[in-house]
Order: sequence, then structure tokens, then C-alpha cells
Amino acid sequence: MERPLTEHIRPDGAPLSIAEYEGFGGYGALRKALLGMTPSQVQQEVKASNLRGRGGAGFPTGAKWSFVPAEAAGPKYVISNSDEMEPGAFKDRLLMEGNPHQLLEGLILAGYATGADRAYIFLRWEYRRSADCIARAIDEAYRGGYLGRDILRSGYSLEMRLHVSAGRYICGEETALLNALEGRRGTPRSKPPFPQLSGLWGRPAVVNNAETLSNIPHIIARGAEWFRGLSRCADGGTKLYGVSGRVKRPGAWELPMGTTIREILEERAGGMKEGFVLRAILPGGASTEFLLPEHLDVPMDFDSCMKAGSRLGTGTLIVLDDRTCPVGMVHNLTRFFARESCGWCTPCREGLPWLERILGSLEAGDGRDGDLDILESHTRLLGPGHTYCALAPGAMEPLQSALKCFREDFERHIREGTCPWR
Amino acid sequence: MATIFIDDRPYEVDDGQNLLQACLTLGFDLPYFCWHPALHSAGACRQCAVKLFHDEKDRRGRIVMSCMTPAADGTRISVDDPEARAFRASVIEWLMANHPHDCPVCDEGGECHLQDMTVMTGHVSRRYRYPKRTHVNQDLGPFVNHEMNRCIQCYRCVRFYRDYAGGRDFHVFAAKRDVYFGRHAEGPLESEFAGNLVEVCPTGVFTDKLFKGHYARKWDLQTAPSVCVHCAVGCNTIPGERDGTLRRIRNRYNGEVNGYFLCDRGRYGYGFVNGEGRIRQPLLREGRGASRAARPAGVQEALLSLSALLQADGPRRLIGIGSPRASLETNFALRTLVGGEQFFSGLARREQRLVGLILEILTNGPARTPSLREAEEADAVFILGEDVPNRAPRLALALRQSVRRGPMAAAGKLHIPSWDDIAVREALQQNRGFLFAAGMAASRLDPIAAGTLRAAPDDLARLGFAVARALSAGAPPVPGLSGAMEAAAQGIARALLAAGRPLVISGTASGSEDVIRAAGQVARALCESGRDPLLLYVMDECNSLGSGLLEGRPLEEAVDAVESAASTTVLVVENDLARRADAPLVERLFAAAGRLVVADHTASATSERADVVLPAASFAEAAGTYVNLEGRAQRAYAVMPPGGDVRSGWRWIAEMMRLRVAGSPAGQNGAAPDWRDLDDVASSMIDEVRALKVLRFLARPASFRLTGRKIPRQPHRSSGRTAVTAHRDVREPRPVDDPDSPLAYSMEGAGTTPPPALICREWAPGWNSAQAVNRLQSRVGGPLRGGDPGLRLLAPAGMDESGYTGDMPGAFEPRQGQWLLVPLWHVFGSEELSRLAAGVASLSPAPYVAVNPAEERNRVFVEGQMACVAAQGRTYRLPVRIDRSLPAGTAGIPAGLVPGVSLPAWGVLEPRTAKET
Repeated sequence: MERPLTEHIRPDGAPLSIAEYEGFGGYGALRKALLGMTPSQVQQEVKASNLRGRGGAGFPTGAKWSFVPAEAAGPKYVISNSDEMEPGAFKDRLLMEGNPHQLLEGLILAGYATGADRAYIFLRWEYRRSADCIARAIDEAYRGGYLGRDILRSGYSLEMRLHVSAGRYICGEETALLNALEGRRGTPRSKPPFPQLSGLWGRPAVVNNAETLSNIPHIIARGAEWFRGLSRCADGGTKLYGVSGRVKRPGAWELPMGTTIREILEERAGGMKEGFVLRAILPGGASTEFLLPEHLDVPMDFDSCMKAGSRLGTGTLIVLDDRTCPVGMVHNLTRFFARESCGWCTPCREGLPWLERILGSLEAGDGRDGDLDILESHTRLLGPGHTYCALAPGAMEPLQSALKCFREDFERHIREGTCPWR
Repeated sequence: MATIFIDDRPYEVDDGQNLLQACLTLGFDLPYFCWHPALHSAGACRQCAVKLFHDEKDRRGRIVMSCMTPAADGTRISVDDPEARAFRASVIEWLMANHPHDCPVCDEGGECHLQDMTVMTGHVSRRYRYPKRTHVNQDLGPFVNHEMNRCIQCYRCVRFYRDYAGGRDFHVFAAKRDVYFGRHAEGPLESEFAGNLVEVCPTGVFTDKLFKGHYARKWDLQTAPSVCVHCAVGCNTIPGERDGTLRRIRNRYNGEVNGYFLCDRGRYGYGFVNGEGRIRQPLLREGRGASRAARPAGVQEALLSLSALLQADGPRRLIGIGSPRASLETNFALRTLVGGEQFFSGLARREQRLVGLILEILTNGPARTPSLREAEEADAVFILGEDVPNRAPRLALALRQSVRRGPMAAAGKLHIPSWDDIAVREALQQNRGFLFAAGMAASRLDPIAAGTLRAAPDDLARLGFAVARALSAGAPPVPGLSGAMEAAAQGIARALLAAGRPLVISGTASGSEDVIRAAGQVARALCESGRDPLLLYVMDECNSLGSGLLEGRPLEEAVDAVESAASTTVLVVENDLARRADAPLVERLFAAAGRLVVADHTASATSERADVVLPAASFAEAAGTYVNLEGRAQRAYAVMPPGGDVRSGWRWIAEMMRLRVAGSPAGQNGAAPDWRDLDDVASSMIDEVRALKVLRFLARPASFRLTGRKIPRQPHRSSGRTAVTAHRDVREPRPVDDPDSPLAYSMEGAGTTPPPALICREWAPGWNSAQAVNRLQSRVGGPLRGGDPGLRLLAPAGMDESGYTGDMPGAFEPRQGQWLLVPLWHVFGSEELSRLAAGVASLSPAPYVAVNPAEERNRVFVEGQMACVAAQGRTYRLPVRIDRSLPAGTAGIPAGLVPGVSLPAWGVLEPRTAKET
């Protein structure tokens, strides 16, 4: 089983230097593309690879790039969304700390494919170690001639900067990220216009997730067909899956796209800890819907997860066991989302704190008749299209599925006037 | 036109709108908060949700925000859809979760958009049972009160203050449910448009602090359509009165003039109407000498003394001095009383010539004046010798929008609709259209200007002539032009030529005829190049242009006339001559006048010297016509009856005419008109003054009736109006008659919407806030139904034969040992009447002299220390200010703040203390 993204990462997690990276064939893809492929050939290859965005939405990467107008004069941008803040997700960190040059090479290739002349890595504030690794890698890449003017004498130039975010979850939303990068408040924008037309400082910009970009060098080096072959489903490549919760071996692993939940949970994470029984799974991080033990054989890819009633999201599973209160878990998640609301649109800014308080009341034994109706109606009222961005709809996914899957638990909180897990 | 389907019925709507604007125009009650017709869409509040259907077969549809969805041809929506209704009610429920529900003690109550929208959605019962979020409020200065707990986070305030008005000291802070709108620290809001927050805010976060000092509910206010008197822009206002005092000024929508916004000078400058300086009864002074005390007198006694004056002197010995701040009718009445030869405009020769020259250029030249709306649509602006932000603030706000005009095309290319404000601003970034600011010192428009130039008036004129030359070979060359000036002129010419709608702005600020002429020639040269330029001149006062049309003689000639004929009676109407000319000249007039009669509403240096003072009505108590800088005549109506002995300026003059007729031998003065009401004066004026013929169509006569009744100034009886005078007498007093207008001082009257110029308050059923104006416009954000009020008096003659003048000044040469004292204008302080309002006064600078230390000889002056300024025979002791924008050879004196000096003037500066005058 091939693990192109992680195979060279050292067991101790120390970052690969540029020499080590080059030793494993690193920057070969860049050389190949810059000296032997046109930007549109690079785009074609990525399109053909069926690579879909690893940030959660699963948008085809090649298609995303193709919206950048080729003729636009003036600066164009490519940006790595390295603002990994989804609760339960730690996959990008693994890549950025272990193999930062892989990300850089992917970003440079994305820049070449879209005609960008400037690149940013927008990094989560808490990822100090990643910041050090990336800063060093950018420095090395400049000295190695992979960045700056006339890269590898190809005539292509790209400047790259690391930007460490001021630290808000919403900045992982691509338009909020762009606002933050411009020095404005980290609030999302409405689309259209899409960032590929008017993104950063009014210029075309492409924002890709760090894991997505890390795949690019391999696609270019070894071809779309090979990449598609890595997967067990229609979506190309491997995927970094993570598991957190009361399992024997929490962690992250690179596996073929479409690996089943059971395989990840039982073979990789070693199954549930002694004394704990699996109750449910959030398959793709905090803003996805619960799947139940009956879904263990669902393959973890975009379409299969969707079919099962949830989303692949970031591919990092959060496990709920039988000794944890599901209401408490949802309360905790809702508290996070309410705190991270940017405050721009009403349903999110005012609705989430209300839900957080109701869930808090349930937990505190102060739940009342009608509370569940309010919770339930909000899962619809805060749905997609009703809010300015996807934060609140994402926040509703665990809540609405919890209300379905654990209805009895919610009702017991009100009936018994206390949290039964306390 | 596009056809859209709302709840399965087809409607025709204008192209290029969003659904919200289209629905509101069609009369649908669709609630909204963050959207504003001038600020456009933000998509933040989610209040204006409707159901959008894919096609006629789609019955499921999806919720969209109408403000963020184009009203494209074929769009199918439902406003009435149960899910959309429920969602809109939920948005109110969310907004109300933390709202304090303190309507009974909130100044916004009764005219609150949040109240209206809450009622509109039908949200009535509260389910949120947790503590509300609270905030600490800030002291934001004299004008705006801050109560953040009421905030519903619609972001309108910050979008207006920063994005629209260019303010920097106000922002949105924090995130999630703690979002906070205010300053980084307490302190007065710096923007002169801060007062608009009061109307922009949909609830009571920002309320009128002055109003709070003498608060009345909206339904207890008596209101009428008026026109601002504090600059030449002529913004339309709605003053509100209760119980004989003026309580506040609000914006009155006029799509061609001020739209939705006023400046704070106009909004908060009304203090003089209620002020201590107010003249409310006749005063008499007997004998001569400076220490004469004024004695209050009755109207009869005053008239008797006037009668004596009028008879003793005879018509030839009476001269009249009018005023650019008095209405056309009052000025015309004065002219009629004294006769054209004895009529003086009230301006000194320099100012008079400037206004005369402007009128000549605008009537004989080829370029047209724009309305403010048209100025907003200009795509290249050249400002020559004007300080627009300080002298015509609302125009400066329009120019801030005009610089977005050119780059807007780029947003269009990205298929971003012009109403998608956030996206447009993202696409435009700092790209701005062309605006060049050439003036005597730095201007607040400089930061958005493509280029600036600071120069003395002569050099400003030369720049203008050079631009004209660069535009047209027919224009004369400017001899001895510096390379830098030449380059600037070439750049300006290129930008103006490239523009679709170039706008040239100049005015009287620099006191230079050459500057005014140069601006006219730029416009002429653009016309020659086949362009259709707009030309606008800023003047000092609300009726500068109107009084110019009456062709009075300058003040200097009045002095000559008075000095040449002993015991001439001088009648000054609504004018403080001390502000018009230098002190020696004014002193000569006072000394030589046989008798000085002053009719004014406010005590001044001139009324202090008068033998007879007559209490004249202010704009709040008298109807009258004013002509703004565009040449737009506008009728302002009294908001309250004058009360007591106070009468309109022209009424005092009509009294004098009657006195004279009565006291004369039969036949001698028999031809004098017997004016009973404003229509009488206006019709005499229209008959006699050619330039004012068109005014026949300006205003409805006082006899106009709507459904057989007058139009009430007071809200209808069931509005909640309290018995305003019941604490004195429970019987309702008989309404005071108003012979000058079709408006009544009453609750009773026509119930239907009056013609646009007679709208006393912006109200429609269910719409109690200022946003009710939606219901009065033919298209939301567009003209009022029936047309925006006002009549343009000026039309360009077309290309005339006069051609270019080769008459131009040489380059400005600094003088050894002398400084050219140039006026520096202040939005708060330079204007006469607004300065009498305490809030405005608190923001006005104290008198100072400004020097630029870049000049070697100015380095002896230290900021804050005293300097001696000698000019026009007087010496002033003034603290020094450093102004690094002043051109070499000049020093700055704040306009209107140092009485007795007429600027620009040559003067001598000394750093040491000298004797005070």
C-alpha cells in the first residue's frame, strides 16, 4: 500500500530538510512541470487525477483552478489554507511538521498552473512548530532556487510568504481567510464573486487546503492514472484519516481514499478502549453528522459518507462512547461554534449562543418542555443558505443528528431534571 | 425592464436591482436592516429572506436573501411563503433576544425601524430565557448618544461611517455575540457626518444627543419641509418643533440634492433659533455714542419710530442692505422698498464680484451645473481653489462617492452587481477615479485625491488656466509656468478628457476672481473638446446665488452713499456687516449712518449698533425661497408660527411700505404694493426679476388644498400625540393661521400624501422611521414620487462668443516682511449661525494664525505661543498653529473666526507679544 504523502516522514516527526526531500525525489515534479509542461497541462493532469479538496467540501481541485482567468493582468495569488482548526483534525499539522517542502512544492505547482505570482501559507496561530518548519522550508526553497525570480530558469517567478493567523476558526473559511489576509476582520464574504475572480485585494486567488496541495507533486511526478489507482473509490489518491476519542490508539494514518470506518477504527486505532462501547462517530470532524455502529462499513469517501447521511469533512473521526453524555458532547461542540461565530450574520451570531445555553440548561438539569422544539427548529433555521457562510449549518450537523440518534437521551435530561451521566 | 413573479403574479421592475429594492418599490412590506438604499447590500442581517423558485414547476424553492439576489428577468419568488415568513420572524426573535426592550425610555421609540420590522414580521412572544448581553457605552461627543445594548449588529453604522463617509475613528470591535460598534476610546466622533448615524441606525444605539436635551416624541413634534441655512448646498431638512422651541433637524429626502444624508453643521447648527442671542421684540436706542442701552419696545412704538424715520428722510435717503442668508422674498421686498439704486446686496465688493462673475459664467458660459446626485456620478473631478469638506460638506460626501464611479466599471466586468457593496469594495480596493484637489491648504479630500496642489490664489488660477490651455489650443498660454505646474496641468487635462462626465469645482473660498474665471475656462475648454462637463461653484451662504440674482450694489458703495448724504437711514436686513468687510469700512458706515435700522433674528455686532432693532423670523418661523449653489430654487416652510412680535423679514418691510404710503401726500407713493402674504411678494418678484420668472412654478400657493384641506404640520390625532399645551389650558387652542403656505399648524387636514415639496414628515402606514421615505419614492433610492423638489434657475447659454480671457495673474510672489493671510475654513466655526449652537461651538477651533515652518522666516513661531498679526489697520494677538500644507509666502487665519479682517489680505506677523486691539 502506497503512502505518498507520509512515507518519508520520519518516525520522530522532525521535518525533512530540503536535501532530504530532494533525496526522495522532491522538487522533481516542479522541475518536470516548469520545464516540460504548460500551466494548462498541469491543470489537466490534476483534473484527471480526480483530486478533491481535503479541507472538507471536496470540491475538485483542477476545476477550482480552471476558474482563474488566464488573461487577467496584475497580481494573482495562490494560498495554502493551513488554518486547521476543525475540532478533531490534526492531519495538516502532521504534513506541515513532517514534510513542509511537499506542501511548498504543491503550492508552487498550483501557482504555476494558475499563473499566480504570489503565494501565501495561511497558518493557524497555535501551530508554532509548523510555523518554524515552514519558515525554514521557505528559506531553503528560496536558496535552492525553487522560489523567487525565474524559478529553475523556467521564466516563472513566484514569491511566497508565511502568514500566521491571528487565530479564529472562521479564518479557515476561504473568504474569511482572504479578508484576514488583507488585514480586515475575519468575516466571510458572499459568493459570487468567487475568489478565483476577485479574491485577495480584489485580484484572482485560489485557496487550497494544505493536504490537497501536498498531493500535487505526486500527481505531477507520477501521473493522474497512478493517483486514481491509489484510491478505492472514484475520488483519487490517499487520505489522511485521524481518530480521536476513547480508542486504544488515537492517531492519524494515510490510507487509500474510501477505506471503511471499520478498518480505520478497528485495524488502525485498535478498537475501543477496554470498558467502552462505541455509540456513534462524527466521521469528518465537529461539523459533520453522527454515524452509528451500523455504518461501520461505510467507506470514508465524499460520496459514500454523503449517502450514509453525513460528510467526509476533514476525514478525522471523533468517537462517542457509551460512557459519555451525547448532550454534553453536542453542548461542548456548540459552545465552540458559538464562540467562533464571526458575528456578521444574525442566525449564527444570535442563534448559536441560544442553543449553547439551552444545551447547557439540559446538562444542568434545567431543561424545559419546548427546549427540544427550539433546538430542532434551529437545526432547520440555521441551515445552508439561511446564513452567510457554512459555519452555522456545519454546527447544526452534529446537533440535528444527535437529536435524531439520541432523542431519548435528550428527553431524559428534561424528564429527570439532571444529566444521567453525572 | 425585467418581469419578475412574486407569489405567482408578474411585475415589471427596473433592471439592475436586487429583489429587496424591487419588492419595496412595488410596495411589498418586506423587512430589512443591513440593507440601505445608499449603502446597498451587505447580506448580514438575513431579515429580508424570501423563497426563490427555480421555475414555475418548482414548488419547493429555497430561502434566499432578497437583498443579495438580482431581480433578473423571469425570477420567481414568494414573499408570502410560510417558511420565508417563519424565517423572517425567527430573525427578529434572534435580534430581540438581547435587545433591552426599553422602548418607553428610548429616544428612538415611535420612529424605530426595529419596532416597525418587529411588528411587520409578527414576532410577539419571547422564548429566550437567558441573561442578555450588555455593553459599556461611550461618550461620542456633543452630537451622538451611544446605547450599545440596543444594538442589533446590522453593521450599517460602520459601513456608513467608514466606507461611505470616509471616517477613520469608528469601527466594529470584537466578534460573536459581543460585536461592538464604537470608537477605540471615548471621544468626539471626528467625522462631520457622524450625525447621520442617528438616522442610519435602525434602532436606538445612536440617537440625537441635542434632541435628548429637550426631547419630545415624534408624534409631539410639529414638522415642516425646510432647507438648511448653513451653507450653499441647500440640503432639505425636516425641523421639528414643540411648544415654541426647535427640537431637532432631520434629513428630508431629496434625490437630487442631499439624498439621505446631512452634515452635522446642518443637523446640529439650529441652536440660534432657540438661543439667548435671539431677538424677540423690538429694541430702541436713543441718542448717539457707544454706551447707549437698548430699550425693549412694543411693535406699535417701534413702527412709530420707523414712521418718523421713513418720513423725515424721504425715499431718497433710505438705503437697504440685504443679505445672502435672507430669503429671496425678503431681499426682494427690501429692494422694492428702497428702490434698485439704494439696494445693496450686503456683500463687500470682492465677494459681490465673485458671485456676479459666477452667475455670468453659469448663465453665459457653455457648462451646466450639476445637482449633488449628478456630482456623485461624475467620474473625474477637478477642484480648483475650494475647500469643499469645510464649506459645502454634503458636496464633499458626494465627491467621496464619485471617485468610485470610474473603477466601478471593473466590478461590472467581474459581473458584480453595483448593489453588492461588500463585493464591489473588495473588487475596487483602493482604486479610485480621478479627483484633483488644488487649494490653499490641505483638505480632508486629499487622502482620496489622485493629486493635490497647494498654492496661493494667483497660482491656483494659473493652474486652472494652464489646464484650459492643455485642453484647448484656443485657450491662451500661461506665461512663466513652472515645470511642476505644467506637469500637473497636463495630468489633470488628460484625466478630464478621458472621463465620461468630468466635473470642475471652484468657488469663492480663495477670494479670487481669477480662480473662478480659470475654472470656467477649464469647463469651456472641455466643451470645446466635445465633452459635456459639469461646473459647480461653492459659495458662502444658503442664498448667495439668489441674492446675487437680485443685483444689489456692494457694501463699499453703500458707505460712499451714506457718507455723501447726511442723515441717511440705513436699513440692514438679516445681516451682520461686521462679517462682510474689514472693520474700518464697517465702522465708516456705522459712523455716517443717520439712523441704523436692523431687522434680524439674532443679535450681532450690527444689531448692537442699531437705533431700531426689529425681531425677524428665522428659517424655522418663516417661509421663503433660497437658491443653492446648483442654481436650484427651493422653498422652505415655517415649522412654527413666529410668535410674539417676531415677523418675517419681508413683513417688516411691507409694514414700512404701508407706513410710508400712509404718511405721504396722496399719490406720491401710492404705487407701493400692498403685500399680505408670501405669494404676494413672490408674484411681484416673479413679475419684476427676469432671472426668477421660472419661480412661478416653484411652490404651490397658500390657497392650495388637498382634498379640500390644508396639509397638517402635526401628526394625526390618533398618532399618540399628547395634549401639548394641556398643562396650561385643557382647552385645545385654536390653530394659528398660516397665510404663507398650504400648511396648517394643526393635526387636522388632508390625510393623503401631499406633493413632494410639501411633505411634512416621512411616514407611511407601518413605516414610522425615516425609512418610510421608501414609500414616497417612485423607485426606492430614486426620485420622490412627483419629482424631487426645487427648480433650476440656471441654464447654460451654450458656446458663446466671449471666448477665453488672456487676462491672467502673474505667478504669486511672496513679499518681504509680509504674509498673504489666506482663510482656512472650518466646518464647525466658520459659519455664522451654526457657531451659535453650543455643540458646534465646542468643536470649533479658537482663533489662531497658522504658519508653515518649511519657510525659513516662520521658524521663529512656536506652536501654541502668541503671535501678532497686523492687517487692514488692526492688530490681532493669536496663538500659533503649525500647518505644513500652507504655500510659501502665506499664513492662515480661520475664516469667520477673526472678526474685522477680510481675507485674503496682506499682513505682518510677529512672534512677540504686542499691544492688543
